[in-house]
Amino acid sequence: MADFKYRTCTLSGMKIEQGSANLIKWNVIAALATLAVGGLMAFLVALTRWPSIHFLSLTNYYRFLTLHGVDALLAWIIFFEMALVYFASSVLLGTRVRAAWISWISFALMLIGGALINTIVLMGRADVLFTSYVPLKGDPLYYLGIILFAVGALIGFIMFFVNIYYAKKEGAYKRTLPLGAFGIAAASIIGVFTLLHGAGIFIPTFLWSADIISYVDPSAYRLVFWGLGHASQQINVCAMVAVWYMTSAFVVGGKPVNEKLSRTAFILYILFINLASEHHLLVDPVLSTWHKIVNTSYMMHLAVLASMIHAFAIPASMEVALRKQGHTRGLFEWLKRAPWGNPAFSAAAISILLFGFLGGITGVIFGTEQFSIIRHNTFAITGHFHGTVVAGTTVAFMGFTYLILKYIFARELIWKGFASIQPYLYGAGVAMLSIGMMSAGTFGVPRRHYDISFSGALFNHTFDPMVDIFLGMMGIGAILSVTGGILFIAIGFGSMIWGKKIE
Amino acid sequence: MAENNISAPIPSGQAWYDNIFLLLVVGIVVPTIIYTVWGLIEVMNVPPLPLAP
Repeated sequence: MADFKYRTCTLSGMKIEQGSANLIKWNVIAALATLAVGGLMAFLVALTRWPSIHFLSLTNYYRFLTLHGVDALLAWIIFFEMALVYFASSVLLGTRVRAAWISWISFALMLIGGALINTIVLMGRADVLFTSYVPLKGDPLYYLGIILFAVGALIGFIMFFVNIYYAKKEGAYKRTLPLGAFGIAAASIIGVFTLLHGAGIFIPTFLWSADIISYVDPSAYRLVFWGLGHASQQINVCAMVAVWYMTSAFVVGGKPVNEKLSRTAFILYILFINLASEHHLLVDPVLSTWHKIVNTSYMMHLAVLASMIHAFAIPASMEVALRKQGHTRGLFEWLKRAPWGNPAFSAAAISILLFGFLGGITGVIFGTEQFSIIRHNTFAITGHFHGTVVAGTTVAFMGFTYLILKYIFARELIWKGFASIQPYLYGAGVAMLSIGMMSAGTFGVPRRHYDISFSGALFNHTFDPMVDIFLGMMGIGAILSVTGGILFIAIGFGSMIWGKKIE
Repeated sequence: MAENNISAPIPSGQAWYDNIFLLLVVGIVVPTIIYTVWGLIEVMNVPPLPLAP
């Protein structure tokens, strides 16, 4: 029998097994490293989309945009979600990760896959952007990298269910999973759906790129690809909401006002949120109007209902907890006395606010068929998903990183003053970036496009001069958010190395 | 995270919610049928573009 070493965290009281903690630590390290690369690419791309600077060459723009998509949208977030999977299925339940060697294989596959993708893209052999729509063809090793990464992540999500099975069997929890773990269970279910679609489309695309099969249907590719491409963002949404609940519980002692309602909202995510993939196909001529309307206009709004429930339930849990601490004067003393200097709390609060007002509302509007026809492929869509994935998920995960550094790495934060302003700086930057993109998009500025002045084109087109102001706003937002991102990475790695050890 | 140790029987709704493996199956089957399978059937039924004479 192997000897499993447990310690008790002096800050949270949680029982933490050493091997499980190592898995969490290395997934967080990989997440931070990929965020650093993805963030650097984001900065270069944003400087290029800012017409006054127009920094990169044509080739490097599409190359770095591809890498930005893969590293920031897939690698950083899924590595961090793996850390959450192991955290929720072991530390939160006071137990350990089962068959940890399988989880290490999962981590190795993701690492090898991610490194392969980065190498091939930087070599210029897969300038295919994140979507890599066929018949646009990249090097077979690029698709192999994605397959390895997806299979690794799939194994990680499956291990969540294995851990939960044994935790239940051994009585680590008796009646029901804690809400945070339940939220990560919902994210893992969505993750399995997502990664099965990833394997389902990238295995034939890999065979096609290697000339083993002759044809991949572009319509089928688009349909199944978005079962990966958009659904992976739904894992983010679900994991982010679970992080909000856990942060509320850890930092202010918040408990959901109505836990049944919060769990029902997660069930609505499990059943319906993945249907939002259809947004990307609303202007696709192949699918029927019925398929589009049933998926987006009917079913998907049940997932929107879930988000509305969470949007009220989490701030309510914080309010009740802070009022119980004695902050009861007037309507808003609890809000005034909230721990705004604690970056874990402020990041969660900023994430809730920005996700709701920038990412969520615009997502519902742009995901309606009539609006999609107007906004599809404009910069407004890029602004929307930077409101969800960056202002929402990334900010929430940054905040939770500060808790993991204390609980799992058992380290004090370095540069506490900088850490307390980091979520504000990053959040303000991303908000400016997102609003700038969305505003420019409403004037018809296309997404992804290298040169919106269309220099050298046969026909001239000039946008409304207001566009320059909005793209300048985007650029300034990018500078602010990259500054906040550099601070986060420096505090994260710095605390792991030089942070005072918490006994 | 609080653990509820009440000895009363678990309500059927909660038992359903706590059956993570049932949720896993339902969570894969529902969107796969409504989005993927239905979509692929429609893609397969698009007539091929006639060849140029």
